[in-house]
Amino acid sequence: MEAINYLSPTAQMILFSALKIGVVFGVVMTAVAYAVLVERKVSAWIQDRVGPNRTAPFFVDYLPVIGPFLVKLGIFQPAADGLKFLLKEDFTPSYVRKVYFWLAPAITVIPALLTIAVIPFGSNLGGQKMVIADLNVGILYTFGIVSLGVYGIVLAGYGSNSKYPFLGSIRSSAQMISYEIAMGMSVVPIFLLTESLNLSEIIRYQAEHGWMILKQPLAFVIFLIAAFAETNRLPFDLPESESELVGGYHTEYSSMKFALFFLGEYANMIASAAMMVTLFLGGWTLPFIDALNLPAGSLLLGLVHIGVFLAKMAFFMVVFIWVRWMLPRFRYDQLMDLGWRRFIPLALANIVVTAVVVALFNH
Amino acid sequence: MSTKVVDRAPLTFYERTYLPAILGGLKVTAKHFADTVFKGKAVTMQYPEERWVVPEGYRGAPYLVKDQDGATKCVSCQLCEFVCPPKAIRITPPGSEGRPADRANAEKMPREFEINMLRCIFCGMCQEVCPEEAIFLQKDYSITGENRESMIFNKEKLLSLGGTHAGIQKWKHKLEEARAQESFPVETP
Repeated sequence: MEAINYLSPTAQMILFSALKIGVVFGVVMTAVAYAVLVERKVSAWIQDRVGPNRTAPFFVDYLPVIGPFLVKLGIFQPAADGLKFLLKEDFTPSYVRKVYFWLAPAITVIPALLTIAVIPFGSNLGGQKMVIADLNVGILYTFGIVSLGVYGIVLAGYGSNSKYPFLGSIRSSAQMISYEIAMGMSVVPIFLLTESLNLSEIIRYQAEHGWMILKQPLAFVIFLIAAFAETNRLPFDLPESESELVGGYHTEYSSMKFALFFLGEYANMIASAAMMVTLFLGGWTLPFIDALNLPAGSLLLGLVHIGVFLAKMAFFMVVFIWVRWMLPRFRYDQLMDLGWRRFIPLALANIVVTAVVVALFNH
Repeated sequence: MSTKVVDRAPLTFYERTYLPAILGGLKVTAKHFADTVFKGKAVTMQYPEERWVVPEGYRGAPYLVKDQDGATKCVSCQLCEFVCPPKAIRITPPGSEGRPADRANAEKMPREFEINMLRCIFCGMCQEVCPEEAIFLQKDYSITGENRESMIFNKEKLLSLGGTHAGIQKWKHKLEEARAQESFPVETP
């Protein structure tokens, strides 16, 4: 460990960034796999079913009580699912536009993963800040990258050269422009209050002045609903809508390419959940306890902070999954009506009101 | 005109905020979630371990049955073979030098009796046509095998799956009736 101190600052930065990227990537991939399991289990329970409870690797026989219980919970299911996707035939229909068809899954996944780079998922561990890139324009970066995600879906629809994916991708683009604006506007009041675009600064502000969800409930509601639309989750899963468009944009995809879309959707959910935790729920902080509210002094506290962040994120993931069974899918026109005629005016009003309040009381 | 216009009350402001729908959805899903997780009210049946109790008169796979003495009831009359719509049954009669029937008073029994379960349509014609009450549609509904050959059930297998069915015991009474004929006046049993 001593050897690290002799490295140049640049080399240290590269080393620790690579480490953080590796660990975060691993955690996100695991989280995606288990989000799928949670989705299947929670869906099953809400629909009076039991969900996956069969996958049992050979070593379960050696675990007396825990083994069967884990099997019943489906703990080993994600591994089986992943393996299945890897081993399936990767079929490319003859009529697709090959370049776009191959490009689309990658373009869906990459932005989702890139978003996570700016999220402060903990205070610090040793001397290292627990964020991969502590950008001063963190939130702008996020919005810039997230908007790219829709290209994956649009390209998938165009590249598939078939009508259901085409309809799905058209809906997706309409949905995206309806919600992106409202989403972007909903967070402006936060910057008016915190006077910073840096996500770590926003967390620090919340630690000192209380969580944003209490000060900006309207912004939170708009952001939450827009996040559902951004991640194509019900009630806004128009690009996919299995019941009307077969599978929407990914109808023609199979095997690992389909898995990438799947992965992209869940990585997007994780990114949105992380974003909401950071912007509205105070990130890794917990109020009323000083040790948890201030940057960590010890390794243990640093880990606790990461745990707090992950717990808050898990809460939003469950909300995402739960809402899926609560509401029916919105109609195309209802969705755009909601975006353009309700949320954009509301978000604008929220900006104006917040600006006036800030101008009157802070200066 | 047969068109009926249904009056729809315009939604109130509260309803238009989607809040009642969201709260209603929350209530329903939460209830089902709790019922399934905490009260174990899942409606799923763990299929291979738990199975349907099929109702009386269910038409499952046809099997051969034995009589009360454990003897083959089938007398190789081949009526079921002739009546079988998909021609799933194949009977090999004993021939002139064949083994005699298991039970007294029956002339013969089949040397081989095969039902191709892949062809069988579970119509019940064989059961209906059988003069000996030797074949019955039973309650098995999931018949699986690893290849086509294993789906052709032979006499031995059909008898072991079929179990015992005493029924009207026609031949037993026939025997008693025949014995009664030997003395005069006839004493009916």
